[in-house]
Amino acid sequence: MLHALHIVVCAGIVPDPLQTLEPVTGANGPALKNETMLPAVLDPWAASALYEGANLVAKNPGSKLWLVSMGPKAKLQQVMMTVAQKATFELVPIDSASNGFADAHATAAAVADAIEGIPGLEKTRLLIFGGWESASRGAGVTLQVVGERLGITDQFMGVDQIEMREDGSFEVLERVEGGKHQVSVCAGAPAVFGWATGNLPEPRGNPQIGMANMRTVMPALQKAKPTTLADGGLKFVSATLPSQQRQTRVVKDLAPEVIAAELVEWIGAE
Amino acid sequence: MSRLEDTADCGAPIVERQSMEADIACVGFGPAMGGFLTTLNRAWMENPSDPVFESQVAPGLPLQVLCYERADDIAAGVSGVVTAARGIRASFPDLNAADIPMAAPVTSERILYLLDPIRASRRPWMLRAGDRLLRALGGHLGVKDEAYGLPWAPRFLHKSGGLVMSIGQFNQWVGSQIMASGLVQIWPAMPVSEPLFAPNAERTGDKVVGIRLTDQGVDKQGAPESGFVAGMDVRASLTVIGDGPFGSVGRAIDKRMGMPAGHDKREWALGMKFVIELPAETTLKAGTVWHTFGYPEPEIFGFLYVHPERLASVGIFVPSWLGDPSRTVYRYLQHYIRHPALWRYLKGGTLRSWGAKSLDESGQHGEPFLAGDGYARIGEGSGSTNMLAGSGVDEAWTTGVQLAESVIELLRNRRSFTQENLAGTYERRRRASWVEHNARNAMNARNGFHLGFVPGLIGMALAGLTGGTLSIGAKIPAAHEQIRKRHTRSIKELKRREAAMVAVEDGKPLHDAMMSARGWPEIQFDGKLLVSQQDALLMGGKVQAMPGFADHVVFRDAGLCIQCEDKTCIAMCSGQALTLGTEGVPAFEREKCVHCGACLWNCGRITGEGLTNIEFRSGAGGFHSAEN
Repeated sequence: MLHALHIVVCAGIVPDPLQTLEPVTGANGPALKNETMLPAVLDPWAASALYEGANLVAKNPGSKLWLVSMGPKAKLQQVMMTVAQKATFELVPIDSASNGFADAHATAAAVADAIEGIPGLEKTRLLIFGGWESASRGAGVTLQVVGERLGITDQFMGVDQIEMREDGSFEVLERVEGGKHQVSVCAGAPAVFGWATGNLPEPRGNPQIGMANMRTVMPALQKAKPTTLADGGLKFVSATLPSQQRQTRVVKDLAPEVIAAELVEWIGAE
Repeated sequence: MSRLEDTADCGAPIVERQSMEADIACVGFGPAMGGFLTTLNRAWMENPSDPVFESQVAPGLPLQVLCYERADDIAAGVSGVVTAARGIRASFPDLNAADIPMAAPVTSERILYLLDPIRASRRPWMLRAGDRLLRALGGHLGVKDEAYGLPWAPRFLHKSGGLVMSIGQFNQWVGSQIMASGLVQIWPAMPVSEPLFAPNAERTGDKVVGIRLTDQGVDKQGAPESGFVAGMDVRASLTVIGDGPFGSVGRAIDKRMGMPAGHDKREWALGMKFVIELPAETTLKAGTVWHTFGYPEPEIFGFLYVHPERLASVGIFVPSWLGDPSRTVYRYLQHYIRHPALWRYLKGGTLRSWGAKSLDESGQHGEPFLAGDGYARIGEGSGSTNMLAGSGVDEAWTTGVQLAESVIELLRNRRSFTQENLAGTYERRRRASWVEHNARNAMNARNGFHLGFVPGLIGMALAGLTGGTLSIGAKIPAAHEQIRKRHTRSIKELKRREAAMVAVEDGKPLHDAMMSARGWPEIQFDGKLLVSQQDALLMGGKVQAMPGFADHVVFRDAGLCIQCEDKTCIAMCSGQALTLGTEGVPAFEREKCVHCGACLWNCGRITGEGLTNIEFRSGAGGFHSAEN
């Protein structure tokens, strides 16, 4: 027997990781240099969650998928033009100047409030999806706090797979040390899932899906009210990027095993 | 939406293809489309319930306007520009440059003639004599850092009152405003493969009835794989083509409809530039504009534009009439920024981004039919770039505005988008505008460069100072015939095959070996501003190549590639996406392609059908930088 699910994916937008990112300290604390002018993408970890959610919805007739996303409205709209081509969902936008340095508790409070406000959402069918990690320099706790605020105690992190069972329970594979998975069985919704990469490829852009989504996305964006995140008293002492090393060398006709050996040696020396 | 069955060609599988109706389908999002959609959008916003703007395909709803852009983001445009902004300011009378990231009002303009401090460039004797004179009288003439600042800049080059901008940022700024209203949808990462033609019921010939999006879920050769999605057909009563100088839709229409008599796209240039964060102690002010000529080769013009926050766009244009197969633009660019006049300001800077783009420099010589039944052309691909003024963005924007005004006029008068109606509105507006006036003045301004550098300069000055009345006449050969027009002595002395052997042994491309043989020193990398070309691909911008699309660069006839000694396509490839493959056919790596389009006009071999041996199809991805 299949179960109609209500899946809410929490996915922020982040500066496109392909851009040059440089932390700076402004009047309101740390930020990224020129962040407003950098193109944004859906947080890659949470994007995996969206694709997994869409897959589950497709397999379980009667299910629905919402995407709760926080960011400046104009940026959200730009990102949605790409994301909306990938999966069918309803957007719940939170128009906020949030960035990766925002307090995770304040962010979680705004997201939880937005989820509570979704009309027709049934908690007994509710699965909260999100990224296990984030490309936005987040503290990695937002999703758990969202779950706690909604009173959901069954939480799984590093999820790679969910297998729905006929009785409404589901089996979850969570990543653990050593490249292995921990297998858990949960009695049923509600639950929170912080996805790792999952197993699905990024769906192809489909203009028809995009057009269908836009019928609800654009009105939702137009109605989105500006939200100011509460000041949780969070202070950053410093912010730095991981150091990069680029050592380019042109070599010809090198055997693969020699390249592998050199890489092993290089990694070992680091 | 409906489903169509493609008729199978011999042996080809039948493809199920979706079809959708729209009112206006737009191809490409750049300055021209920005002008078109901004103007159309504003007219609708004045009165959204105006029945004039009611959709014909979705009654009760506003016009269904869909725009498809190949790049993964509308901010992924590649061009740092200085523009007079005449048309842009007309659209935004209260424009404040500070509202657009990286934009600044032009504060000063200089034209510099650069001497060759290395003495490796190919200079004609007249220039060498002039150089000697300049060096001898340098102290009196103000020659400094091997550069002579012209005491006077001709008016036709002036951009006073204009703007220094990043096109990526400008596109993003414009696109956000357009989409905010909800009338227009701009879909990134969605390349358009071809126009849809249908027989014209009223007369002989075809009309354009929409566009076909590119197939996804295919292998490199285009064969369907798992997850295959046939590109959707978007049928519209008007198709607006603004896909740039070498867009697949524009070229398909040129091929089907032909070009006006005597018109052809024969002149091109590759613009390549760095975005550099200037040293903290820089004295260059935002809005500073330098135009240069004379170095690294006399035919290579250069520029330096200073943006706010210590950013500068510095680059060169390598024209098709360089007349030499050694066109290593990246290496030339590195030598350019090392010129003492520029290095004085750039030393200690950091490379933030890099980009390259082909420019259609044919001007009105390359103007296609501006409109036909069901379609209209705007922007660079419509021949709007003014090569005398070195200006294209403002002209492109204005052609978009003119088309939008015409579309609104036709909608108000309940007239359809036929060739006659579009000619009577759009073409009429364009012919009566400053874009046309200036384009006519510029039409023959650069002809002289086909006779040599000095005649080229004289011709430009003549045309510029007489408003196009006087110019130097010259036959302009096809782009592939311009590649080996001239050979310097050093090339003759360098046996091509020996150079090839040296190149292969060193693991370097042939063109690099040729430059070294001419005396160009190797660039010493500093890892900060002077980096290898492959590192530049990874700094600032980055190349994006979504999986599931076919290779967009295709060699029609491998035999012709094998015969080709020059392989200028490899030399000119901005991203080193083309390399020497096995058996003499270039190998293409889509993951490195920045979609500059240079290979298209740097292919020296022509097929029996009169086409260059390189086919440049529609494809996703490309360069991905917000700062370009």
